[in-house]
Parts: sequence; structure tokens; C-alpha cells
Amino acid sequence: MIHIDLTDQPIDVAAALQLVEAEGAGAINTFIGTVRNQSTGRSVVRLEYEAYDSMALHQLRKVAEQALEQWPMLQQVAIIHRKGTLYIGDVAVVVAVSTPHRAESFAACQFIIDTLKQVVTIWKKEFYEDGDVWVAAHP
Amino acid sequence: MNLKIALFGIAREIVGQSALEVSAPEGQSARGLLQDLHARYPELARLSSLAVAVNNEYAAEDAPLREHDEIALIPPVSGG
Repeated sequence: MIHIDLTDQPIDVAAALQLVEAEGAGAINTFIGTVRNQSTGRSVVRLEYEAYDSMALHQLRKVAEQALEQWPMLQQVAIIHRKGTLYIGDVAVVVAVSTPHRAESFAACQFIIDTLKQVVTIWKKEFYEDGDVWVAAHP
Repeated sequence: MNLKIALFGIAREIVGQSALEVSAPEGQSARGLLQDLHARYPELARLSSLAVAVNNEYAAEDAPLREHDEIALIPPVSGG
């Protein structure tokens, strides 16, 4: 019911969608986070994601469990996050959920990606042509 | 007691290594550990936030640390 992965390999979005197929589902909702070519006005060349793996996997599972508590009609939940070096357009994260009806699928998918960004121990460093920054590190 | 602390992201870069061993009084709290580390590495105090994790969970500020806990410093996360 809950599928979690943290991988240094390219994420297969089609395979992630297959994970949440369910006969009782009338809706599959997916969020795909990709690498953008700019950040706060600077041109991004690449990103590096670093993870505290054991805690990230544990926290990802907790986020999925919280979603299941809030939306018990969830059929399947998949959260797959990439780590390592990513370039413009690469997929950094996929959240996919299936529910009987669409409204809960949007809400649960948004809750999962929003909560992931707040608690999961993954760090993103942006590399520009003229420097690099750990995102959100400083006020 | 000796505490072994894992470091990630900008905290790892500030300290200059991926793990740190510190001696601390018995019953040292997460808050006490952070105060000690802020004094040794002032750059850590400039971060937007710095949490302590114990055994893969965020620790409360007054949580006592134990010698064999898996302890990590958690600078502001930025996944997704």
C-alpha cells in the first residue's frame, strides 16, 4: 500500500504510476518535481541532492502514513525521491496516489509533497555558472 | 559520555567532516549539544534552523541524549 524509494538512478515515472494502480481507484494523481533552469534569478547548471538515507526513508514512510490517516480511502501511495547529481529537466521526486474519487487524490498528493519538503532529510545544493548555494540554509 | 554525531549538507561543510565525536555530560540535552556546537562552530548559528535527530526522529530540545544513540545534525531540509 505504501511504496517508498530513495534512489541515485533516474526515476521511471511510468513504473511509479504502475505502483499505485488499484481496482478500487477512480483517480490517480501524480506530482512530478523537476529541475528548473533558474533559481532566484540565477541560471542553474545542476543540482546535487544529499540525503540522510535511513532518516529520509523513515520520514517518507511517516508522511505516507499520515496521509493514510487523513484520507483512509487512499488505495496506494508511492513516493520516490532522487539523490545525487541532477541536470535541468531531470525528475527529482514523484508522488503518486490512488483514491476512489478525484478530490481526495489532489488533496493527499499536495499534502504529501508539502510535508515532504518540510521534514524529509534531503538537502539540495544548486550550482550556478558562478557559484553554489545550499537551498534554504540561511535566512 | 561520548556522542557520535553525523553531519549532512551545509553542516557537514561548516564542520569540514561528515561525523564528529564530542564528549558531553551525562544527560546532555539536544539543546545543550547545539549550544556547545554553536560555540565551536559559529557558522552553525547563522543557519535558518538546526535540529537534532535521534534514531531517525526529530528530537525535542530537552530530550536527553544517550551514548549509543544515532545522533545527527539536521540543517534546513530542501528536498522535493
